Amino acid sequence: MNVLSVPASLDHQTVDELLDSAVRAPEERTMFDARHLRWVDPNGMVALLTAGSIARDRQGVMPHLELPESSDVIGYLGRMGFFQEAEKIFEFDDRASRRAGGPSDVLLEITPIQANHDVHEVVDRVQSRAGAVLATKLGYPASSVVQFSVILSEVCQNILEHAESPGWVAAQAYNWARRLGRFVVVISVMDLGRGFRGSLMDEHSARYGDRWGDATALEAAFLHGLTRFPDSGRGQGIQQIRRQVQRWNGAITIRSGTARIGQVPEWDDTPPLVDGLAPCPGSQISIILPAKV
Amino acid sequence: MTELPLDPIAIDVGSLVKRTVTSLYSHLVTRPTGRAVRMAIENQLAGVGERSLSMIDLSEVTILDFSCADEVVAKLLQRYLEVDAHEAFFVFCGVHEPHRDQIQVVLERQKLAAVAETGEGSFELLGVPGDDEREAWNRLEEQGMVGSDEVLSMYPEQGERDALDRIVERRLAFRSPISGRYHALSRLVQHLL
Repeated sequence: MNVLSVPASLDHQTVDELLDSAVRAPEERTMFDARHLRWVDPNGMVALLTAGSIARDRQGVMPHLELPESSDVIGYLGRMGFFQEAEKIFEFDDRASRRAGGPSDVLLEITPIQANHDVHEVVDRVQSRAGAVLATKLGYPASSVVQFSVILSEVCQNILEHAESPGWVAAQAYNWARRLGRFVVVISVMDLGRGFRGSLMDEHSARYGDRWGDATALEAAFLHGLTRFPDSGRGQGIQQIRRQVQRWNGAITIRSGTARIGQVPEWDDTPPLVDGLAPCPGSQISIILPAKV
Repeated sequence: MTELPLDPIAIDVGSLVKRTVTSLYSHLVTRPTGRAVRMAIENQLAGVGERSLSMIDLSEVTILDFSCADEVVAKLLQRYLEVDAHEAFFVFCGVHEPHRDQIQVVLERQKLAAVAETGEGSFELLGVPGDDEREAWNRLEEQGMVGSDEVLSMYPEQGERDALDRIVERRLAFRSPISGRYHALSRLVQHLL
């Protein structure tokens, strides 16, 4: 069995490592060793589901997930709804996971996005919770719940309209006391679909010639608003998400295939463009919204 | 024949959304939902004759995303600006601050303009009217109605009168084919507010 070690801290800074390892794993069955996992955020949880799905689809067998030893982490995974999704992907000892759960302060549990009504459900669900979190933890105005919901709606629709494959979304607030000295909200959206290059290839690859690849496809969509649809009303979603994230001095990165592109503020040292990653299916979007200074 | 050969109708988008998708809230999100709501509006307009004025009421809509704004505002306007479409005029009411940005963005993207009630009883042009069109519209909006015999005094320059005709062509104002009077759309829907 191929053993893949899950980083002890699994968040937007370490998910590429996990996804690359899953893509490059040998054909034999994989065991995801998460025993030493101490810290995980929505990006980490959704990436673990994505990595597990990649292994399952390539190897034709459910990978094994060795659960974290930390009961706090198990409990948190339970409250985030991780195990409901994980049981469709991994084989794991469900005795520990059955004890997980309890009262939840989760902003948005891991929610599968497969159809239009799932997006409505996400928007409905965050209404009652987001207002309080955005106002008290981030110091945003009361009306920001609308923009926050619009971001969630558009980013989830990206899965339905472009990936043509199911995906997940999750969000939670954290106190980044040491990292940033303030609260942040982390939103993660990932899918296993055809990615930006696949989505744009028929319509736009010719004009890029030899330069066409994951990085150019991401630049085309992220920076220039290109879309596979000829309709000029399309392609606004990501552009407008970027604009709103920038207004809040937040960070947004999108990985698709071998590349990752980002719009990063001064507090984040993520490079704006990375290429040469392992060819991961689908797209992986991370949005981090910091508290107002 | 009356001075105004159109009978303004009110279309409550909030209740159309609730009929279109099962939701506790009136959230106008996702493109399929927007498309369904737009088609429901088009169905309502299908039986109203060759000319119509509709007040599209967004006041009960909580969340409006860009995909829905594109369908329910931009594509609706575009559809009726086509040559063979019936002559439809629209006023968007209840365009509160949280909706405004989405509507402005989709109108800009399609180079459209629309009459919107952005505060209680306060109307403005959203989207991309030309400066002269905005000026012509503002003067008409202030006056409510301009008779054909008042046009020269209110719009003394030829360019101003051309701009007045353009806002009629763009369906941002109505000109009665009977009297030749120009009407601000906001006044024609006032009784529906």
